Amino acid sequence: MSDSFTAKIWVLGDDIDTDIILPTEYLAMKTVQDMKPYAFSPLRPELAEKIKPGDMIVAGKNFGCGSSREQAPEVVKALGVSCVVAKSYARIFFRNAINNGLLLIENQDLYDEVKEGDVATVTPGKSIEVNGKTYEIASLPDNLMDILNAGGLVQAMRKKNGLD
Amino acid sequence: MGQTLIEKIISKNVGHPVKAGDIVTVNVDYCMIDDIMVPFAVQKFEEMGFDKVWDPDKVVLIYDHFLPATQVDDSRHFRVGDEFARKYDIKNVHRTDGICHQLMTEAGYVKPGHIAFGTDSHTVTYGCVGAFSTGIGYTEMAGILGTGQLWVKVPETIKIEIDGTLPGNVTSKDIILKIIGDLTASGATYQSIEFTGSTVEAMSVASRMTMSNMAVEAGAKCGLFVPDDKTCDYCKIDYSDEVKELVPDNDASYSRIIRLRAEDMVPVMACPSLVDNIHPVSELAGIKVDQVFLGSCTNGRLEDLRTAATILKGKKVAPFVKLIVTPASRKIYREALADGTLEILSDAGAIITTPGCGLCCGRGGGILSDDEVVVATNNRNFLGRMGTSKVQIYLASPATAAATAVAGVITEA
Repeated sequence: MSDSFTAKIWVLGDDIDTDIILPTEYLAMKTVQDMKPYAFSPLRPELAEKIKPGDMIVAGKNFGCGSSREQAPEVVKALGVSCVVAKSYARIFFRNAINNGLLLIENQDLYDEVKEGDVATVTPGKSIEVNGKTYEIASLPDNLMDILNAGGLVQAMRKKNGLD
Repeated sequence: MGQTLIEKIISKNVGHPVKAGDIVTVNVDYCMIDDIMVPFAVQKFEEMGFDKVWDPDKVVLIYDHFLPATQVDDSRHFRVGDEFARKYDIKNVHRTDGICHQLMTEAGYVKPGHIAFGTDSHTVTYGCVGAFSTGIGYTEMAGILGTGQLWVKVPETIKIEIDGTLPGNVTSKDIILKIIGDLTASGATYQSIEFTGSTVEAMSVASRMTMSNMAVEAGAKCGLFVPDDKTCDYCKIDYSDEVKELVPDNDASYSRIIRLRAEDMVPVMACPSLVDNIHPVSELAGIKVDQVFLGSCTNGRLEDLRTAATILKGKKVAPFVKLIVTPASRKIYREALADGTLEILSDAGAIITTPGCGLCCGRGGGILSDDEVVVATNNRNFLGRMGTSKVQIYLASPATAAATAVAGVITEA
């Protein structure tokens, strides 16, 4: 995860709530794979199909606000999204995302300066380069990176316990 | 730059200075799992492959939401909890003692400066003693059970300074409802709230608990009070130098400072079906009610029952109203029994139930149906919270609840 990667940008707005990320009616589906087609459907029904593994989401403030449903970050992860860059995150979503192995990056400027379809080079913990401009990003502590690199908290703990 | 109270608590825990925005790993002083979440936390703990709990004496299991059981599958949660406790030598299991958020301080677990996590959003309650406590998911709880640690982002702080003397019919419940109305239900998201000023200094710890309890309804991560001599009496500890260090510095940095005058406050209610839909009781007077609920981790303490008893003494609950009283713990129940409070409430016609969460979370005795109106002292009036989605829930103080029970219509105390 500490290596650089390139990613195509999808742009969403402010206050993208967990009901937009995955509406309540799909929460009880058996697997996250079943839920994938419905991600972001209230806002952009076509998006789930268009997002390709490795793409990234750029959004405004308060991304993931609303309920505590852990399915929200799980479904974004299942779509293959490499990272989300937003101005800020709602508290429970932030935790649930890291614990499900989804990389979240906070940046105040990127959202205002990029457009959908731009391609960024992301170096976790260091920078994002897009359209010739470099945006510094804060690094996450090693223990959070360990959770992300393992693919989530359950897997990180299994690794810690010598099981996988 | 000085530190806020939350920065001080977390700095002390991790052993180096922290500031808002830092992400650090804290050592957990106590963790609490309530009966609803026990089976899920246990399953995740097993999936993670742990073979022991990091420190069984720091784990507290509390059965309260499903007690006494009302659905056929509820008791499975107790069995899973009991089996887990046996297997991992967890001795702190409260099977019938009361509501988790009451017990975590009352039973002597959480103390000033501690860091605690629980599988319920109202874990924020322990901010009343100057502890940092907040709700988490069951996957994270499973991680704590194995490691004793959790990462946290040090929150920014909103300082709320309340000075002056409250009018006689205004309680800490009215204050926190007003604050939630002003901030909105998301106005403190991710932040810590520090409650200060002469009004809160004059309050009992029980009154402070009500405010910490509802900080989460404004989205806050915690709602803190500076521990003082009253806190130490309640926690049965010395008011030591270590406790006295748990104060914010004068030059601490706040995201926002709100100043309120106690004299300006009036009794208020949260109207259906949003916690931030706040109106003065006087504007709502006359609305007919079917039920009144006095209890919960928000307002089921001895002073709350006594306030209601003062209003109900020698009177009768309106004949068409069911007044349900649920003390927050067995200790409170017994104190209210010993001092005659329960007798007054019973004489007035109250239904007095065993301590627990039942009615507040829509599981226990007193569930309502379409178009019924309830005035309740608990913390959430979301659609469907206490019965069907067409139940009208008004949140109020114990004084407003008691006055309303007698009149049968919404009434200012």
